[in-house]
Amino acid sequence: MFSLEKFTATIHAWLNSSFTPAWALLTEFVLVGLCAIGLFATLGLVLVLMERKVAAYMQIRLGPNRVGPKGMFQSLADTIKLMMKEGLTPDGADKFLFNVAPFVVMITAMLLLAPIAFARNFQIWDINIGVLYIAAVSSVSVIGILMAGWASNNKYSLLGAMRSGAQIVSYELSAGLSVMAIVVLTGSLQLSDIIASQENGWWIFKGHIPVLIAFVIFIIAVTAETNRAPFDLAEAESELTAGFHTEYSGMKFALFFLAEYINIFIACALGATLFFGGWMPLHIGHWQSFNHVMDYIPSSCWFFGKTFALIFLIMWFRWTFPRLRVDQLLQLEWKYLLPISMFNLLLVTVMAIMGWHF
Amino acid sequence: MFIVDYIKEIVNAVKSLARGMRVTGYYFTHHKEIITQQYPENRNTLNLPERFRGEVILKHDDVNEHACTGCTACEIACPNGTIKIITKFDISPEGKKKKALDTFVYHLELCTMCNLCIEACPTDAIKMAQNFEHSVFDRNLLTKKLNLPGSKIKEGIE
Repeated sequence: MFSLEKFTATIHAWLNSSFTPAWALLTEFVLVGLCAIGLFATLGLVLVLMERKVAAYMQIRLGPNRVGPKGMFQSLADTIKLMMKEGLTPDGADKFLFNVAPFVVMITAMLLLAPIAFARNFQIWDINIGVLYIAAVSSVSVIGILMAGWASNNKYSLLGAMRSGAQIVSYELSAGLSVMAIVVLTGSLQLSDIIASQENGWWIFKGHIPVLIAFVIFIIAVTAETNRAPFDLAEAESELTAGFHTEYSGMKFALFFLAEYINIFIACALGATLFFGGWMPLHIGHWQSFNHVMDYIPSSCWFFGKTFALIFLIMWFRWTFPRLRVDQLLQLEWKYLLPISMFNLLLVTVMAIMGWHF
Repeated sequence: MFIVDYIKEIVNAVKSLARGMRVTGYYFTHHKEIITQQYPENRNTLNLPERFRGEVILKHDDVNEHACTGCTACEIACPNGTIKIITKFDISPEGKKKKALDTFVYHLELCTMCNLCIEACPTDAIKMAQNFEHSVFDRNLLTKKLNLPGSKIKEGIE
């Protein structure tokens, strides 16, 4: 059976037998970095194409279908185009901040990759406060967006950045509180512990109604945090041209674009880990034979399958719902999501204490 | 009760969002609904909508007769001077002079396909055709003479 765990173990053993431990560690750092960049590049290509195809089919169109079979190389062609383009910096812009901002956004997305478990024992850094780490680091990306908006010296960019700031700061709350539901049930912030606790069933089934509510709030908050429609006020093509990245072009624009998709991937990976058991196969209670059959599907397939299912859900939102106004956005958070998620957290806590879950 | 209204509002919101998602989900799974046409490939089997407007033409029947009296109603109706009617005087057998069409000049490059000329025409002499492949290398070719050479007005059209 295909397993990433064996693969990494082999490389680790070989490196340690051929070099000194320090060199082996350094080589592993480089390899992990290369893998992360490789994953980003592939994800960017795949997700952009997926988004365009999903959008097209939902709007009764065909989408890209000229470059390569069924338009499969469209995003590759777009990437080449973006690389050829000139990276302009406006005259009135704050040059340093303007050029640094895309990298801040990108590095934040990269940092978030560390605690995600891609397969059984295939994790860059199994930190014991994984969930807290993700919640803390993901809010750093707003600094990159504010930097971009401010440094562009453009009213649309600044408006977009300010909106994005207000939005991320508000939705952080309900995203955090909905994640707390799982932390309360598991009793651990470590992602590997959370996954291990779902061996006999995913939390979305074990935790029934309260976890379902937490999941709905999580997916809404995460859509808002990644600045995706219907919460794309920060970009809002029709009002702010492109919001904080109006002035960007070429590869600097591409980094923002890529970071958006990486953020979606990470948010969905987190959702899949917390609510759908990450790489854990679908296990139902004590059905031994059923569980055994499910174990034959590689854990990486389970993880990516769940993540892409959630990504599809978020894309489905984008191409169905109309964009909210700023006041509606804040109203949704402070009047609906926050009270509900607080009440829900109380419910989950009671449920965890009384043992009312499966 | 406030709390009842609050919950009702949430339930209604969820319901209407789900209804929206059902529509897009239906389109996503039913590819037969796709309306995109693969233009250069299906050029021979083009399926244009009935009301598609490509250019103005003057209707001629098989004996090369049209219904244009040269009244210039279309020229007056046109908002951007696309049409220019040049008239002449025909001498009828009784020796009476009668106004008739000499040249129907149509500037395709100016036309916005607004359909106002067709509505203005009292004798239904002109109509919108569906041809849309108008690109030419010389701009002069876009200025067209719509009445065919040697054509004349039908009998009985006043």
